Amino acid sequence: MARLELRNVNKRYGSGLPDTLKAIDLAIDSGEFLILVGPSGCGKSTLMNCIAGLEQISGGEILVEGADISAMSPKDRDIAMVFQSYALYPTMSVRDNIAFGLKIRKMPQSAIDEEVARVAKLLQIEHLLARKPSQLSGGQQQRVAMGRALARRPKIYLFDEPLSNLDAKLRVEMRTEIKLMHQRLKTTTVYVTHDQIEAMTLGDKVAVMKDGLIQQFGTPQQIYNDPANLFVASFIGSPPMNFIPARLQRQGGRLMALLDSSQGRCELPLSRDIQGLEAREVVLGIRPEQIVMGGAEGNGLPSIRAQVQVTEPTGPDLLVFVTLNQTKVCCRLAPDVSCCIGDSLALQFDPARVLLFDSASGERLDLAAPACVTQDNVARFTGR
Amino acid sequence: MTSHRWFSPSRLAIHATLLLACALYLIPLIVMLLTSFKSPEDIRTGNLLSWPHVITGSGWLTAWDAVGGYFWNSVKITLPAVLISTLLGALNGYVLSMWRFRGSQLFFGLLLFGCFLPFQTVLLPASFTLGKLGLASTTTGLVLIHVVYGLAFTTLFFRNYYCSVPHALVQAARLDGAGFFTIFGRILLPMSVPIIMVCLIWQFTQIWNDFLFGVVFASGDAQPITVALNNLVNTSTGVKQYNVDMAAAMIAGLPTLLVYVVAGKYFLRGLTAGAVKG
Ligand SMILES: Nc1ncnc2c1ncn2[C@@H]1O[C@H](COP(=O)(O)OP(=O)(O)O)[C@@H](O)[C@H]1O
Ligand SMILES: [Mg+2]
Repeated sequence: MARLELRNVNKRYGSGLPDTLKAIDLAIDSGEFLILVGPSGCGKSTLMNCIAGLEQISGGEILVEGADISAMSPKDRDIAMVFQSYALYPTMSVRDNIAFGLKIRKMPQSAIDEEVARVAKLLQIEHLLARKPSQLSGGQQQRVAMGRALARRPKIYLFDEPLSNLDAKLRVEMRTEIKLMHQRLKTTTVYVTHDQIEAMTLGDKVAVMKDGLIQQFGTPQQIYNDPANLFVASFIGSPPMNFIPARLQRQGGRLMALLDSSQGRCELPLSRDIQGLEAREVVLGIRPEQIVMGGAEGNGLPSIRAQVQVTEPTGPDLLVFVTLNQTKVCCRLAPDVSCCIGDSLALQFDPARVLLFDSASGERLDLAAPACVTQDNVARFTGR
Repeated sequence: MTSHRWFSPSRLAIHATLLLACALYLIPLIVMLLTSFKSPEDIRTGNLLSWPHVITGSGWLTAWDAVGGYFWNSVKITLPAVLISTLLGALNGYVLSMWRFRGSQLFFGLLLFGCFLPFQTVLLPASFTLGKLGLASTTTGLVLIHVVYGLAFTTLFFRNYYCSVPHALVQAARLDGAGFFTIFGRILLPMSVPIIMVCLIWQFTQIWNDFLFGVVFASGDAQPITVALNNLVNTSTGVKQYNVDMAAAMIAGLPTLLVYVVAGKYFLRGLTAGAVKG
């Protein structure tokens, strides 16, 4: 168990190549579960390999319990990693796969046997110990890979997309198991995924990455409710957040966003007043579940009528698509709402939940304080 | 799929062609075998494919007397050369696939050049080098030449094989605390059986059958069996003893034949490994 801190970490694979990681700053406390999310190729695996010591960093520091480990070899870092491909040693039995690291570390045989038994019990793979990896199903291989990481009781676990090769059902099961396991063992963990449900459900902290930069670092709730920019807002959430271009106007001392449908207009008062935004083109960010059916008159929320264009019943929800400001907008309504294509619906928004983005840079305009503290964003915010 | 019956016309045509090809390949071998067991009179009077009147092993005994010593020379040259070149090739392939360094691709490219280098072009530089090393006309020198010349091939075999092995295996082993040689010996080598077989067969055939290096770099009693066979067959004195020649040729060829019979199935498997991933 250990506190992990990355300070200004840079990684370049070769001179002449662009930086793969740019000024990464992260810190998680002992026992915390950090999720790294981002599109493919953004540098997640590179960051994991740098923490593990499989790649040398080009700049910055990696601290475990306050001590810089960036010059240490992987074997001295006391970090275990679970690979996306599992990377089980194909010629060794499951038992030997789990015991390999312990044997290399010269642990006495009796202690090794004990440890293998403990891990096998924890992961319910006792009946598989004599098999070769090729005789296991994908899910079983995944468990063995986790067992190999658990056996050494390292300071930090790294998981690089551990569930992405499993089918959907097994993935959900293993997700829950990993969460339970972490609650039991409380080992500091960094977990890479591009599955946003894994990101939201597993993490104590989430770091959203793009092009080698941390876009935002915070709790899952902060990331979901208070995304720092358009990229984070669009990356997290399914169905994704609606982005509606709109013009701002000052009326009676309040800043209003104008919304237009073929059936009406609405002036949405913004919850935060920001000077200098009048007559600017901005992007409003509204999550589908934050658009509600009008009806209860007099609840004070602004409302607009719009024509239903498509409906998608998903089971737990009814997704209804309408057009506002010439943009397709998804509304997530209760499944028992009866509405057909062509119907006119009264929709309401809670202005306090509407987010404001700069349409040019994509940055949030109404953030109280930047939740994300990367150099890059600080510079962008203070520069404006 | 038209038919599974073996006697369908197309099947018949295929089998006939295969049988013909088989016969074409086997007839020389049969002639050699028959002749080696005939007496000289028998050879003069009968035709090539006729059965021996009396089966006699005297040809084989004379042949063994003539080339037996050289047979062991060949063993002494081939075994160390095959083993060393295979082991070094495996190490090279391991480094060139899993521990790439700056310029390793260029290094590999240049090494590949060795595969296309004709034997003749290296004769003079090699004999010069062996002379400088004090290894001229020694078995050690000949082994060295075979190892160096074989490295290009063995490295190519192992490097390509290891390129299809996921790099994550090495990464996982490094995190488990294994070092360079432990990873090689405990993880890579055990999964290399097919390619080791390919290498052993390839190198054994090349080195056992080599004539040029043997005739140039070995002299007198240290010559390999290929050179001895040539000397035996080309002696111009006395009556041609075809039965002895044939028996000696069979003795020279038997080890490679044996290697293919014993390990041949690995050869195909190793060459196609990676193409079909399990
Ligand atoms: N060994 C390497 N040499 C050069 N470039 C690399 C290497 N590994 C990864 N990259 C590059 O770094 C970037 C990030 O890759 P990666 O960390 O694997 O992304 P992710 O895991 O987020 O999909 C990619 O553009 C990739 O091409
Ligand atoms: Mg990756």
